[in-house]
Amino acid sequence: MMNPPRRPSPVDSNVVDTQAVDARTGPTVRPPRRPPWRIAVGVALGVVVLALVSREGGGVNLLNALVRLANFVVIPGISYGSQLALGALGVTLIYAVMRFSDFAHGDTMAFGAMGVILVTRVLQGMGISAGPLPTALLALPFGILGAITLALVFDRTVYRFYRRQRAAPVTFVIASIGAMFVTNGLVRLIIGPGDQRFADGVRFIIRVQAFKEMTGLSEGLALRTTQAITLVVAVIVVLGLFLFLNRTSLGKAMRAYADNEDLALLSGINPERVALWTWIIAATLATIAGTLYGLDKSFKPFTYFQLLLPIFASAIVGGIGKPLGAIAGGFVVAFSEIALTYPYRRILGYLGFETDSLVQLLSTDYKFAVSFIILVVVLIWRPRGIFQGRVI
Amino acid sequence: MSDPFLLGEAITCGYGDTNILHGCTISVEKGEIAVIVGPNGAGKSTAMKAVFGLLTLREGSVRLGGQDISTLTPPDRVAAGMGFVPQTNNVFPSLTVRENLEMGAYLCPHDIEARIEQLAQLFPILQERSRQPAGELSGGQRQQVAVARAMMTQPKVLMLDEPTAGVSPILVQELFARIQEIAAAGIAVLIVEQNARQALSLADKGFVLVQGKNRFTGTGRDLLNDPDVRQSFLGGG
Amino acid sequence: MRRPFWLVLGMALALAAVGVLQSWNVALAILNLQLISAVMALGVNIQWGYGGLFNFGIMGFTALGGLTAVLVATPPVSEAWAAGGGGLAMAAVTMAVTAAAVWALQRLIKVKALRGPAVALVFVVGLALTRWFYSPSAAAIEAVDPSITGFLGGLGLPIIISWLAGGALAAAVAWVIGRITLGLQSDYLAIATLGISAALVAVLKNEDWLARGVKNVTTLPRPVPYEQDLHGQDWFIDLSARVDMEPSLLSGLVVKALYALLFGGVLLVLFWLAHRALHSPWGRMMRAIRDNRDAAEAMGKDVTRRHLQVFVLGSAVVGIAGAMLVTLNGQFTPASYTPFRYTFLVWVMVIVGGSGNNGGAILGGFLIWFLWVQAEVGGPWLMTTLTSGLQDDSPLRQHLLSVAPHMRQLLMGLVLLVVLRLSPRGLLPEQRGKHGPARQRIATEHS
Repeated sequence: MMNPPRRPSPVDSNVVDTQAVDARTGPTVRPPRRPPWRIAVGVALGVVVLALVSREGGGVNLLNALVRLANFVVIPGISYGSQLALGALGVTLIYAVMRFSDFAHGDTMAFGAMGVILVTRVLQGMGISAGPLPTALLALPFGILGAITLALVFDRTVYRFYRRQRAAPVTFVIASIGAMFVTNGLVRLIIGPGDQRFADGVRFIIRVQAFKEMTGLSEGLALRTTQAITLVVAVIVVLGLFLFLNRTSLGKAMRAYADNEDLALLSGINPERVALWTWIIAATLATIAGTLYGLDKSFKPFTYFQLLLPIFASAIVGGIGKPLGAIAGGFVVAFSEIALTYPYRRILGYLGFETDSLVQLLSTDYKFAVSFIILVVVLIWRPRGIFQGRVI
Repeated sequence: MSDPFLLGEAITCGYGDTNILHGCTISVEKGEIAVIVGPNGAGKSTAMKAVFGLLTLREGSVRLGGQDISTLTPPDRVAAGMGFVPQTNNVFPSLTVRENLEMGAYLCPHDIEARIEQLAQLFPILQERSRQPAGELSGGQRQQVAVARAMMTQPKVLMLDEPTAGVSPILVQELFARIQEIAAAGIAVLIVEQNARQALSLADKGFVLVQGKNRFTGTGRDLLNDPDVRQSFLGGG
Repeated sequence: MRRPFWLVLGMALALAAVGVLQSWNVALAILNLQLISAVMALGVNIQWGYGGLFNFGIMGFTALGGLTAVLVATPPVSEAWAAGGGGLAMAAVTMAVTAAAVWALQRLIKVKALRGPAVALVFVVGLALTRWFYSPSAAAIEAVDPSITGFLGGLGLPIIISWLAGGALAAAVAWVIGRITLGLQSDYLAIATLGISAALVAVLKNEDWLARGVKNVTTLPRPVPYEQDLHGQDWFIDLSARVDMEPSLLSGLVVKALYALLFGGVLLVLFWLAHRALHSPWGRMMRAIRDNRDAAEAMGKDVTRRHLQVFVLGSAVVGIAGAMLVTLNGQFTPASYTPFRYTFLVWVMVIVGGSGNNGGAILGGFLIWFLWVQAEVGGPWLMTTLTSGLQDDSPLRQHLLSVAPHMRQLLMGLVLLVVLRLSPRGLLPEQRGKHGPARQRIATEHS
């Protein structure tokens, strides 16, 4: 009865010094080993490439196959992966600092993108454009402001109350479902549930026809402006975020708070300030991700809710709470979705395997299901993801 | 005679409906090491938490340099000059050693370099491992980082909750030697220790708690030589 | 008077008001869906309220119940069976063999370096074989009179059997899903089940041979008489003359009332069973596990097994509701299964009603469904009133009127947030006290 809770037994206090690793950081990464079969696979691949190239017209056909792969798998994968990564970064930051999965994040993306669309329309009406680039880039700061406002309103009116109560994470999740409904309703009320296209400026950097003429290959390669912008913006944003987290005192404080809340309080880190900046950053990332996705495809409120699922998958696959993991996870999910649902018949044709079947592992209709298959597989076999994130 | 520098006087507090401490008094002067010892469940850690404000006092008061700080929150007490090293989870595991120290200086980020350099003379590990995440360090190294992080707040009182838990015996000696140096620099040090014999041997003052009450109080040497204390708490001999 | 009484009375009055102000037809239509929603909320409450399981896959189990209604009630399509039944069976066999082989290889091959490639090889070969059987058979089935059938059809049994069968199918699938996911903690479980349910619905949408996919099955038989059959009966015409109502109007009411009786009966039986379970030693143990998992585990309770039990039971109840829903609609439309409507809305019902309290969950089902439906009507009305100062052709007014039905999302979110804040345990909170120290699980438990 006199024992205060959570007292270690005397055995615990005699733990020897060799226990180098905190239980929470998990086992150390083993140095990479090269099992012999990997070398064998490498050699086999080399032989296959040689065999292909040495056929008649093999070199050109190999190039055609590669171009087709780049056009339909690699380029879309990179831009979709960047969009997912930006979304997953927001989810993972919120999780790291506030310790709950924010189900409203997809709709926050929609809300931010909606702001961008509305301002884009105004700018277009005023005749302001960004030249060859989409006007939406000029409108981006306004959309970000809108999303930040929304996030902060929710934080002040909803989440802060539960934070002060130190409520269980499930309460936060349920509250985030409330926020999801409200945000979703607002988006539908303001802009309607329909499809919106708002990309303008130059549509293509490389056109299929131009590429064919330039290279003389029978396969074409197209690079849309939005795809290039997506990659460039994503790289800038991610670099900025990492500089912020690793170099600034506030960013370090955020990481410290995510690491050890109690010790952060003892160090004088103000949890309200950390929460405030977490929402600001998450809303910014959400708006950028939402806008890039909308530019690349199109804006439809319901699609953003659907995006929530691959975004969660990305965050978890990478290891939730780990920013680097969110990025890796985004690309893993994006490439799996595209690579598993792409029909490889033409590519195999170029490589000399003529076939009638589409050689498509999964029908395109199962695109969204792919992220879940990955998610479930990861959750079961490696629940802390690639980068050893937190255990929920 | 004026009050001691840090004084927790006649403290009564506990968890839920039960009181763990019953009118317990703890004090320490600048430049002094005070050690709280006692059997398991005596309320040693509770006493420290009460002094630091992690538990609400039901009776009694805490004074620092003559000022009543009983109502301050722990972060406010840090600002008032109290450094606290919790028993577990006392570093930021994914932050580097250097960043851990910076977090200690979060409230007053001036002269960080000078302060780190000063601490690195006490704990060379801070320099050697400065870019390594603290979570990858061994228990003893982590304890050093934890103490250094608390020292970065430039405390007038340093409070350590079982600093030797999980530290190998050789490093315990080393750690205590460093703590003595810290005290010699004029800082009041308050330690809760399981390892009573070793702790009392270097303490200026010892508090033996039993069932939430002061049983014996005296200088470390006196307590070590007191046959009653030896009989009951130091395993005879 | 006690709170439940007033809440139930208020709900009844609101329905009556709809009957008087709008029409009794609408009121009965709402009542039917309220009853189904209540059953769904009951199922979620069994999982969340009893077991603390965060299942966001409600949509999937609802859809499975709906699928069962199709599989039980539609007549079998013998040409389709002849065209591709054998091939599909072979595909199923190869799939099972592949799964078994992968499982066996994982255990049998001790050399780590060989295991990965061997499993991958078997998997790819198995997948290719399965597809080789599956693709032509599925295509052949879908080619059989595609505008009407194009699927294997069902058993041709009375649709009411599907209510039990739907529960059973949902339970079976829940057992598999539970085995996979129940080791996961709260957020992960929610996300995993959300994902699995999305995958399930994707299958229903795309596997046309099973239940016509997005082509929908629209001609499901009913467990109650058809309106036009009633019109032909002498006694019915007699009755409508006696109550002074158009036969066409009365027939609609009678059919809906019959449905309501059936659904109400199911709800009562399930409520009684759930109530008995909750107050049995089993129910007390469940709540003990929910409130303090570690302590229960230390006392030797098999927590994962208990969780699997509530997961299966709750999903079965949701499956029953899913079958009833399709029965009521008379059609199975996979595209209509969205997480908003079938997962999150049901969660709002449970949280608002009172998690852990079956009565609360049922009340939540009634209340939230009512608000959801009425907001769709009330939104445009509100907008019309608000914008009455504007010109009829004003673009703002046009826009606001066209989007007004979406106000219900906003309303649901606000209701959830307000209830969660002011009455975190719901409108009818779980009665505690009797069972050890009361702890406000939802609002104040430290993580």
